[in-house]
Amino acid sequence: MSEKSQIDYELPKKILEEINNIAKTKKLSATQKNKLKERIIKEYEKNSFEPGEALGIIAAQSISEPATQMTMRTYHFVGTAGIQVTLGLPRLIEIFDAKKEPSRVVMTLYLNKKFNTKEKSEKVAQKITEKKLRNYIETISLDLTAKKIKVKLKKLKKSEIKDIIEIVKKKFKNYKIKYLKDTISVSLKKDSSIKDLQKLKKKLLEVHIAGIPTVKNVIVIKQNNDWLIKASGFNFKEILKFDEIDKTRSYTNNIYEVMGVLGIEAARNVIIKEIKDTLEQQGLDIDDRYIKLVTDMMTFTGEIKPIGRYGVAGMKSSVLVRAGFEETVKHLVKASVTNEVDDFSSLFDNVMVNQQIPAGTGMFELIAKMNEK
Amino acid sequence: MSDIFIDGKYIAATKNPEKLINIIKEKRRRGEIPNEVNVTYLKHIDALKILTDSGRLRRPLIIVEDGKPKLTKEHLEKIRKNKLTWTDLINQGIIEYLDAEEEENAYIALNENDITKEHTHLEIDPLVILGISTSFAPFIEFNRGDRVNYGAKMIGQAIGIYALNYLKRVDTKTNIMIYPQNPLVKTHMYDILNYENHPSGQNITIAVMSFEGYNMEDAIIINKSSIERGLLWSYLFRTYEAEEKRYMGGQEDIIGIPDPGVKGYQGEDAYKHLDEDGIASPETKLKSDEVVIGKVSPLRFLGSLDQFITGLENIRETSVKIRHGEEGIVDRVFLTEGQEGSKLVKVVLRDLKRPEIGDKLASRHGQKGVIGLILPQEEMPFSENGVVPDLIFNPHGIPSRMTIGQLLEILTGKIAALEGKQIDGSGFHSTPEKKLREILESYGFRNDGKETLYNGRTGERFESQIFIGNIFYQKLDHLVSNKLHSRSKGPVTLLTKQPTEGKSKKGGLRLGEMEKDCLIAHGASLVLKERFSSDKAKVPICKDCGLVAIHDRIKNKKYCPICGGTNIVDVEMSYAFKLLLDELKSMLIYPKIVPKED
Repeated sequence: MSEKSQIDYELPKKILEEINNIAKTKKLSATQKNKLKERIIKEYEKNSFEPGEALGIIAAQSISEPATQMTMRTYHFVGTAGIQVTLGLPRLIEIFDAKKEPSRVVMTLYLNKKFNTKEKSEKVAQKITEKKLRNYIETISLDLTAKKIKVKLKKLKKSEIKDIIEIVKKKFKNYKIKYLKDTISVSLKKDSSIKDLQKLKKKLLEVHIAGIPTVKNVIVIKQNNDWLIKASGFNFKEILKFDEIDKTRSYTNNIYEVMGVLGIEAARNVIIKEIKDTLEQQGLDIDDRYIKLVTDMMTFTGEIKPIGRYGVAGMKSSVLVRAGFEETVKHLVKASVTNEVDDFSSLFDNVMVNQQIPAGTGMFELIAKMNEK
Repeated sequence: MSDIFIDGKYIAATKNPEKLINIIKEKRRRGEIPNEVNVTYLKHIDALKILTDSGRLRRPLIIVEDGKPKLTKEHLEKIRKNKLTWTDLINQGIIEYLDAEEEENAYIALNENDITKEHTHLEIDPLVILGISTSFAPFIEFNRGDRVNYGAKMIGQAIGIYALNYLKRVDTKTNIMIYPQNPLVKTHMYDILNYENHPSGQNITIAVMSFEGYNMEDAIIINKSSIERGLLWSYLFRTYEAEEKRYMGGQEDIIGIPDPGVKGYQGEDAYKHLDEDGIASPETKLKSDEVVIGKVSPLRFLGSLDQFITGLENIRETSVKIRHGEEGIVDRVFLTEGQEGSKLVKVVLRDLKRPEIGDKLASRHGQKGVIGLILPQEEMPFSENGVVPDLIFNPHGIPSRMTIGQLLEILTGKIAALEGKQIDGSGFHSTPEKKLREILESYGFRNDGKETLYNGRTGERFESQIFIGNIFYQKLDHLVSNKLHSRSKGPVTLLTKQPTEGKSKKGGLRLGEMEKDCLIAHGASLVLKERFSSDKAKVPICKDCGLVAIHDRIKNKKYCPICGGTNIVDVEMSYAFKLLLDELKSMLIYPKIVPKED
């Protein structure tokens, strides 16, 4: 027992704090507190990994085995208000691949206290929604002989119509534009083809009039005394500039946007939250530490790296490991040009040459050589 | 103005697309426009599409006008009397074919009773949505969609009699069921396809209960005596063939018992089953890897001088042997001519396959299972009447899969067995459950099909009533005896010196990437090393230049052919890695190996 105290375990600060708190509230004596500490150290020791344990593989297995069960079970919430989010395995793959543009971006925007009412939140929602010319149009017709496009606007205020016409004029400087009350006509050159006319029609419909670009599907929901706005779109930065929005609680599930606006630590937290939410939604329980290990691997360089050949797997130091994963020829040729050395210090290259792997029981070697006689 | 397209090409515009569509349809039904033309109006893009090109999937529907189908009882009467044909119905504008596009504009009633004024068409019958093998399962409308799909897939794998002339055919591999039966509960498709000429299953008595845990997880307990009475027996026929091929230079293969001294001669014992003509005669029992047809061929690669030597040295043995892991009895021998008039021998081997533990059985409802126990009849549960089930099916397979059709088939099968006639269970037209129960009750049984069963071992009554009845079961072409395989040592591939793959090549079972990860996760480094040492090799490496050196065993000298050095160590590595080094060298990449000093 006396030897045990020689190894002075440095418990994490948080655990030490907790021990102190408990000692205070339960009014433990010094010996009791020491005893508690000893027990906790024992438990802590039991739960920490041992030298030579292949953590990466265990983490990978612990995540991927439950993930295999995800494929079939995808529940759909039919009829509920909200934006469809990618769920299940597709979403998990999206996160680990660190896709630049996730298939469904959802921003959850909280409002400042002043604006936390139904009417005001709806007003904000209206304000941020992107509006294109197609939203203001009643009819659009093509005149094939005169090479003209006639746009009839919906019934709007005069000032609004004026604004729209101004924007269209600005955007289509090279075309002849006439307007009469609520109709705009854009005419092309006489010798242009019908195809050009169709192209122009498409262009015309997509002209941005108001709101924040790419913000769509805006919905106002009440959640626990809070009115919040859910919207899809890629413009988190612009939205945070609005005074009405609570910058401390608003959230988007686009990892790259969070990294750009709030930094890498925030992005790491978003990745963890997204993975956990996806798994939880499927009723799977994976230990936080596995997810954190993977997320740390993805973010420790200061930028988001996918789990794949352009990210984590591509960073490995051993040539043979990289060549054995993907793009074999590229890595081998590059290695030969730059005179790379593989010191056989990782697992897979040792498996490749059928040598003992430096993990588990193969981690250690005898230092002292016995007398050979 | 809505645009009009013919086969995707813009041709005109119209102000009144609905009217135009009606005119086109009217003309088509009158026969003024070919009936292959389909027309549709797509509201969301305000376009009218007329389609006339080939490759569109179309299906027939009965036209409905003003809430009344155009096909009347008079028409049906005429059809029955063979006075009216299908083409007449189309020409008269009673039935028309719609393609996927026109279907979008149609409002189709499933049954005649559902028709309202808005309907434009009537389905010929609800069961036209079913394909051929899907239509084989009775009470299909009571099953969940995925089970219907699985069931249809497995019906295709069922062993039966695929053709009545199978004895005259020489298919490479066929399964023939010995005593197949027509199902007690049939569907319309069985009549259409003359199923009684090629049935593929048997009617069995089934008890839905668990028993001693031997039918956990979809396993099936089967009655040993039933098997001995011939339940689900089948033959596996396999054809082996040999041809006397002719080669350049007038040489040819010879079918016959090879002479001793021929290259690759296997010893006298190997050819003991062969007749004088070099072919095993009918009813000889042959085991795995034994010779069926003896044959010798000239050597493939002849040197300049070798051509003129016609001795035994230039002939090698190329006999046809029984596939690895298979056996059987010679059933029939065919002697014919090949394409170039050469002698062609085909030997059909027959192997009896009785149901054994591990064979895959299935009902027609996507409920498959593997035999888990063969129980003697004495130990099987029995009913008051002394009925012993052929098969015990685990009730846990029912709730999650929801194959109610199977339960109804068991119930109906029981009635069919009592009445002694087939009962129709076609999808959407089957007898209602209530009526089935009434019939069963009239025979003096409980109306839910349950009976009191007694334990065969103890004679005690089972506490719960057990659902027992008759059902059509199939034996699927996944027999363990065709799949069982193991290896301790055996052949290796030439290139990598790693074990071969596949049962027919006596291959090993791969310890794959994920299995490897498991060993690493357990830290079992030495187990891992041993597992992957199937191709280990000692390679001499030059310490100076780091390349593979030469070990001259005659002079017992090791030297490097590149730098001429003699400072050489043996390094143990996998042969596959040595191969990689060679390939790198061939790509002009210098893989220098630096051996660790010890």
